[in-house]
Amino acid sequence: MKTVSRVYTALMLIFLFAPIAILLFFSFNDSKSLSVFSGFSLKWYQELFRDRDTLAAVKNTLVLACTASVVSTVMGTAAAVGISRLRSKHLRGVMDTVTNIPMVNPDIITGISLMMMFVFIGSFFGMRTSLSFYTMLIAHITFCLPYVILQVLPKLEQMDPSLPEAAMDLGCTPLRAFFKVELPEIMPGIVTGLIMAFTMSLDDFVISYFTQGNGFQTLPIRIYSMTKKTVTPKMYALATIIFFVILALLLVSNIPDREQDGASRRKNK
Amino acid sequence: MSRGLTRLERGERTVKALTLSPYSLWAVLFILVPLLFIAYYAFTDNGFNFTTENITRFFTATSNLTNDSGETVLVRTYLLIFWRSLKLALISTAICLLLGYPLAYAIARSGARTQKTMITLIMIPMWMNFLIRTYAWMTILQDTGILNGLLGTLGLGPIHIIGTEGAIVIGMVYDYFPYMIMPLYSIMAKMDGALLEAARDLGCNALGVLRRVILPLSVPGIISGVTMVLIPSISTFYISQKLGSGKFFLIGDAIEGQYVANNLHFAAAIAFIMMVVLLASMALMRRLTGRRFYGGAK
Repeated sequence: MKTVSRVYTALMLIFLFAPIAILLFFSFNDSKSLSVFSGFSLKWYQELFRDRDTLAAVKNTLVLACTASVVSTVMGTAAAVGISRLRSKHLRGVMDTVTNIPMVNPDIITGISLMMMFVFIGSFFGMRTSLSFYTMLIAHITFCLPYVILQVLPKLEQMDPSLPEAAMDLGCTPLRAFFKVELPEIMPGIVTGLIMAFTMSLDDFVISYFTQGNGFQTLPIRIYSMTKKTVTPKMYALATIIFFVILALLLVSNIPDREQDGASRRKNK
Repeated sequence: MSRGLTRLERGERTVKALTLSPYSLWAVLFILVPLLFIAYYAFTDNGFNFTTENITRFFTATSNLTNDSGETVLVRTYLLIFWRSLKLALISTAICLLLGYPLAYAIARSGARTQKTMITLIMIPMWMNFLIRTYAWMTILQDTGILNGLLGTLGLGPIHIIGTEGAIVIGMVYDYFPYMIMPLYSIMAKMDGALLEAARDLGCNALGVLRRVILPLSVPGIISGVTMVLIPSISTFYISQKLGSGKFFLIGDAIEGQYVANNLHFAAAIAFIMMVVLLASMALMRRLTGRRFYGGAK
C-alpha cells in the first residue's frame, strides 16, 4: 500500500512539474525549436532584458500590486473589525454574502461587470476611454478585499472580547484600545491577507484584461500578447525567471497557502 | 457606572460606522452596481433602449456546422457553446477529483514533514501564471512538439492532440488540479486517525473504511474542490484559444469575442445567462447538501 501511494504521488508530481521543467529547459535552447535542443545559450534571456515592453510591464505589475494590496489591506482590516462587531445576524449575513460575491463569481463576470460600469460612466462624461491604471486599480482592490477580510475576521473572532473591554475600562479610548490591544492580536491575519492580496494582484490576468486601458500593461497581459503571436523562447526565459522568483519566495517566507479557510480562487484566478 | 456604559456603547457605534462605511460604500459601488450593469447592458440595445433581443439571440442564433461525416447541419450556436463548456468543465472536474482524491489522501496520511513539502510542491505550479502553464502544454502537445518528438524516437507515429477537445481538457485539468487538492487535503488532514482505526477494529475492510468513514467526512472538501475547479473551467477562454486552437468555442470565448468586437450588450447577455445558471445550480447544490459554498466569512 505504501509503495502504491508513493509511486502514485511521484507520478502526480511528474505530471505537475514536467511542463514547467520543459519550459525551463528550452529557455536555454540555442535555436527556436521547441522539441530539439541544439545547444546551450543565454540569448533568449538577453533578448528578454532588451524587451522594453516586458520590463515596463514588470514595473507596472509591481506598482499596481503594491498599491492594491496596501489599500485593500487597510480597508479590509477596518471592514473586518466592523463586521466582527455586528450584532444583527441579518446584517452580518448580508455582509458575508456581498464579500463572497467576487470569490464565487467567475473572474470573467467580475471583469466585464466592472468594465461595463467604467465604460458607461466614461461615455456619460464624454470620455473616449475611461479605462486606465485607475480602473485596473479599482478592480484589483475589489477582488483583493475578500481575501483580506476572510483572513482577518477569524483572528478577530478568536480574540477574547474582554481584552479591548479591559483596556477601555482602564481608561483607553476605543481607538487607543484598538491599536494597543486588538491590532497586535490580529496582526498575523493582516500580514497573511496582505501577502495574499499582493500575489492575487500579481497573478491576475482575466480581470485585468477586461479593465485595462490607455496602454497600461501588466505582466500577465504582456504574456498574453506575447503568446498571441508565434512565440520565441523569450517567453520561456520569462517563465523561468518567474519560476525561480516564486520558488525563492516560497522557500524564504512560509507563504500561507491560498487555500486557507477553503476560500480561494482559481486565481485563479 | 451607567454613564461609563453609554460612553462605551457610543464608542462602539462610532467604531462600527467608521470601520464599515468605506468597505460598504466600496462593495456597493464596485461589487453590486457593476453586476446591475451586466443586467442593464443585457437588456438594452446600443442606444440603451430596453430590448430582450440579446437574450433571445443567445437561444435562437444558428450557424452551419460540418459534422464528422461531412454533412452540414444547422445548430443553435450559443446553446452548443454552452453545452460544450459545461461538458468539458464537468469532464475536467471529474478527472481532477479522481486523480486528486487519492493524492490528497496519500499526502494527508504521510508524516508532518512530508505533508509540508508536498503541499509546497503542489503550490509552486499554482503560483505560476496560468497563461504560462497553459502555454507550456501547447508546446508539449503541438504536432511538432515534445510529445510527438518523444513518440517519434520510440518509433510511434505522431498523434494529433492540439486543437481537439481532449487538449482543452488536459489544460483545464492541469491548470486547476491544485485547486482540487488543497481543500481535499485540508479536510483530510483534519480527520481523526482514531476514527479510521476504530472502523477497522469494528470489522471494516479498507474499502469499507473509505466508503463509510473517509468519503462522508470529506464531502465538504469535495464540494469546495469541485466548485473551485468547475467555475474557472466553465468560464475560461485562454485554454480553449491556445489548446483548442480556437476551434472549440467555450462560453468564455463567446463573451471575450463579443467584447473584442465591441458588442458589449450581447457580451452582457451571455454573461448574464451564465451567471443565472451558475447561481441556480449553486442554490440547488446548497439545498441538496445543506452546505454553503466557500464557507463564507463564517
